Amino acid sequence: MSKPHKQIILGAYLGGVNHHTLWSDPEAGSQIDFASFRHAAQTAERGRFDFFFLAEGLALRERLGLIFDQDVVGRPDTLPVLAALAAVTEHLGLIGTINATFNEPYELARQLSSLDHLSGGRAGWNVVTSFDAFTGANFRRADFLHRDERYTRAGEFLAAARELWDSWAADAVAADREAGVFLRDAKAGEFAFDGAQFDISGRFTTPRSPQGRPVILQAGVSPQGRDFAAGGADAIFSPYHRLDEAQEFYRDIRARAARLGRPADAVKLLPHASFVLGESEADAIERHRDITRRQIGGRTAQILLETVWNRDLSGYDPDGPLPDVDPDPEGPPVIRGRARIAEDAHRRVAEWRALAEAESYSLRDLAIHVFGRTEFVGTPEQVADRIDTFVQQDGSDGFILGSHLTPTGLDEFVDKVVPLLQERGSLRTDYTGTTLRDNLGLPYPNAHPDVQPNVQPDTTRVA
Amino acid sequence: MSSVPNPATPLHLAVALDGAGWHPAAWREPDSRADELFTARYWTDLVAEAEAGLLDFVTIEDALGLQSTGFDRIDDRIDQVRGRLDAVLIAARVAPSTRHIGLIPTATVTHTEPFHVSKAIATLDYVSLGRAGWRAQISRPVDNAHFGRREQPAFTFADLGKPEAVAAVAETFAEARDFVEVVRRLWDSWEDHAEIRDAATGRFIDRDKLHYIDFVGPRFRVRGPSIVPRPPQGQPLVTVLAHDTVPYRLGADSADVVYVTPRDHDHARDIVTEIRAEQRLAGRESQTVHVFGDVVVVLDESTTAARERKARLDDLDGAEYASDALVFTGTAVELADLLQDWQHAGLTGYRLRPAALPHDLRAITRELIPELQRRGVFRTSYDAGSLRSRLGLPRPANRYAAPAPAAAAS
Ligand SMILES: Cc1cc2nc3c(=O)[nH]c(=O)nc-3n(C[C@H](O)[C@H](O)[C@H](O)COP(=O)(O)O)c2cc1C
Repeated sequence: MSKPHKQIILGAYLGGVNHHTLWSDPEAGSQIDFASFRHAAQTAERGRFDFFFLAEGLALRERLGLIFDQDVVGRPDTLPVLAALAAVTEHLGLIGTINATFNEPYELARQLSSLDHLSGGRAGWNVVTSFDAFTGANFRRADFLHRDERYTRAGEFLAAARELWDSWAADAVAADREAGVFLRDAKAGEFAFDGAQFDISGRFTTPRSPQGRPVILQAGVSPQGRDFAAGGADAIFSPYHRLDEAQEFYRDIRARAARLGRPADAVKLLPHASFVLGESEADAIERHRDITRRQIGGRTAQILLETVWNRDLSGYDPDGPLPDVDPDPEGPPVIRGRARIAEDAHRRVAEWRALAEAESYSLRDLAIHVFGRTEFVGTPEQVADRIDTFVQQDGSDGFILGSHLTPTGLDEFVDKVVPLLQERGSLRTDYTGTTLRDNLGLPYPNAHPDVQPNVQPDTTRVA
Repeated sequence: MSSVPNPATPLHLAVALDGAGWHPAAWREPDSRADELFTARYWTDLVAEAEAGLLDFVTIEDALGLQSTGFDRIDDRIDQVRGRLDAVLIAARVAPSTRHIGLIPTATVTHTEPFHVSKAIATLDYVSLGRAGWRAQISRPVDNAHFGRREQPAFTFADLGKPEAVAAVAETFAEARDFVEVVRRLWDSWEDHAEIRDAATGRFIDRDKLHYIDFVGPRFRVRGPSIVPRPPQGQPLVTVLAHDTVPYRLGADSADVVYVTPRDHDHARDIVTEIRAEQRLAGRESQTVHVFGDVVVVLDESTTAARERKARLDDLDGAEYASDALVFTGTAVELADLLQDWQHAGLTGYRLRPAALPHDLRAITRELIPELQRRGVFRTSYDAGSLRSRLGLPRPANRYAAPAPAAAAS
């Protein structure tokens, strides 16, 4: 018996605070104005995407103590943008990345539930924990939480949020005028949650939302992150694009989910990806080379390598060899807001040196190779084929797609690649359900028992 | 600012939207849409109606706790509306389907983060193209347990005169003042035109136009800058509801609009006098601070019909409805008289609280407004422009921007 044909899940994001967005392109639009978000979301809906996705950062990046000015800086607030997009789309899911470290369950749970109500059941939350402790300087409770506790807090946060979302029965609101009964249950919304991070109780203000609970995504791949996702998330925003790596991750998450008592396919895997199309393969490769070289100019190349070297590399020639100094992971941070995992900096640099030697890479060539990856480069036919193959071979369940151009970059994907995926039977030609859960094939949350994420602190990672 | 308004000065009018209306039995009216309170359509329809009436803005009530009959307890009543959606998100959801009307959601200051509130309201200003405001509200002590981290005593209404309660109130308002200050600084933390997209130098922003706000206070410290560039209005409107000296002071120090609850003309005059004095003490006499009278309205074709409707609703609720604000029952013409009378006492506008929705909102937009237009005291169309400009507030200079250089010889 052959495997059933998988339907590809597609999310769309608007390029933002990173070096991928070509802000200086003559066609580039605003990163802030609502019109940009509306255009991108409506394009995604035209292409029958499952959802629109927003990333988040809660502090402006810095380099050597100065606010970063090199690539896109600034973004609007996630939830109001998504609520406004609910007004200009009908089916598209609306997923926001929101940090569990610098929010409170009562407030965030009601915001997400409100978004679910206001969008008719299209809300989702990508739970992140953030490794940039300096973000705490913008918040009351500053850095009251140590790095190792963040997933513990995130796990408790999600458990508390579920307690709140479940605190109103789906039929609690009667609104029966004749009988004078607004609430069927005098205790609707009553909750109590007592954990190491949160000891809260009272009455929740927001009735159960159309999806019961918003869809939960997680982004993060450490062992704690994996357990957190396997135990409690509906999907993972993952970074793996090489088929073998991705398949291994896919198997690992399925095994963890099964171990935690959930159906093996309960967690959908969605790597982020971007694409460059061309009339011919050679044309696409040429466009890709041009785009990548604009994304990673000499200055950006130095800065990207600084995130691992943790040294000021501005004195090194981008077209020359790799810096001849060792990384300095213990030094004061050169980059804040996008630092890499420091603990394996020495090993990483050693690998890069070997690679640069083998390939005769300059500093900038290396940065392009490491940070400039665009996953799908080719003709629309080639890109459709590669996306489909990756999904059908269990590299993932779909992709979260972005582009180097805001806000129109997704247009050509929707115009040229989507019809091909539809022809292959791998992508719906119309929306079937009304909620994001429906579209993702996720059950209404009462349908399976909950698993509390049981996350052990991992002490091997350094912020 | 002038404390003696010219009676010909046009009135400013807002409506306060809350659930099925402000009367607790409003949801039982035959035309109530009580089963739709948690849908987007309910809110877009209401705000569209308010916009058709050319109102200055709508406010949307909210709280981080369930509604109840008293300020200091959670009751278990099942015969009144309970439950609410987040007001900022309702406002954002409504923004793309409206064009002119101001959108002023309530957001609590007591348990929330100024950084989050600042970026949310700034973003509302972007999605509404310059129509956003904020009603800053303090939480009831009874909601503290929802956050579980405040040591503050959960005093009741009866305790309000006691020294511990007075101290707690003072402390909460001091915190609120710091909160608003932080939000406002964050709105200024990017100068206008900080985004330069200078391809020649590879700089997306001019970092000299971004500023750390470095706020340090007893309750919190916030470094900044915001992640959101300065919103279209520069500073979205800040509004507060106030009933007493301590909150009047917050309004005079920090707000653009203070909502007050006069009982009659003289009371209105006393309140305005007190707020103007506080405004001078705060050194803000050169700035426009609006004082809006809040009035709950039950409007019908005849005074009797309005009284009877209120009595019917009171009966259904089992108690005579009283409010912090005056509960007006009567006709649109009578209400127009009252509004003009109190305007002479110094109020610059009103925030009308419809007792029952949509009935009393429609009575405002379809009867009261035409009456005021006939009297020449209300606009007949919207001007293009931001909410601030509609209220006669200039787009404020950025506190962090270096003063513009004197005009150079050309
Ligand atoms: C694909 C991907 C996207 C992410 N996006 C965000 C983001 O938008 N905002 C954020 O604060 N963190 C983001 N993160 C960071 C994660 O939330 C998490 O803090 C980080 O990966 C450390 O978790 P880990 O140790 O489990 O990998 C992202 C991580 C991944 C893998």
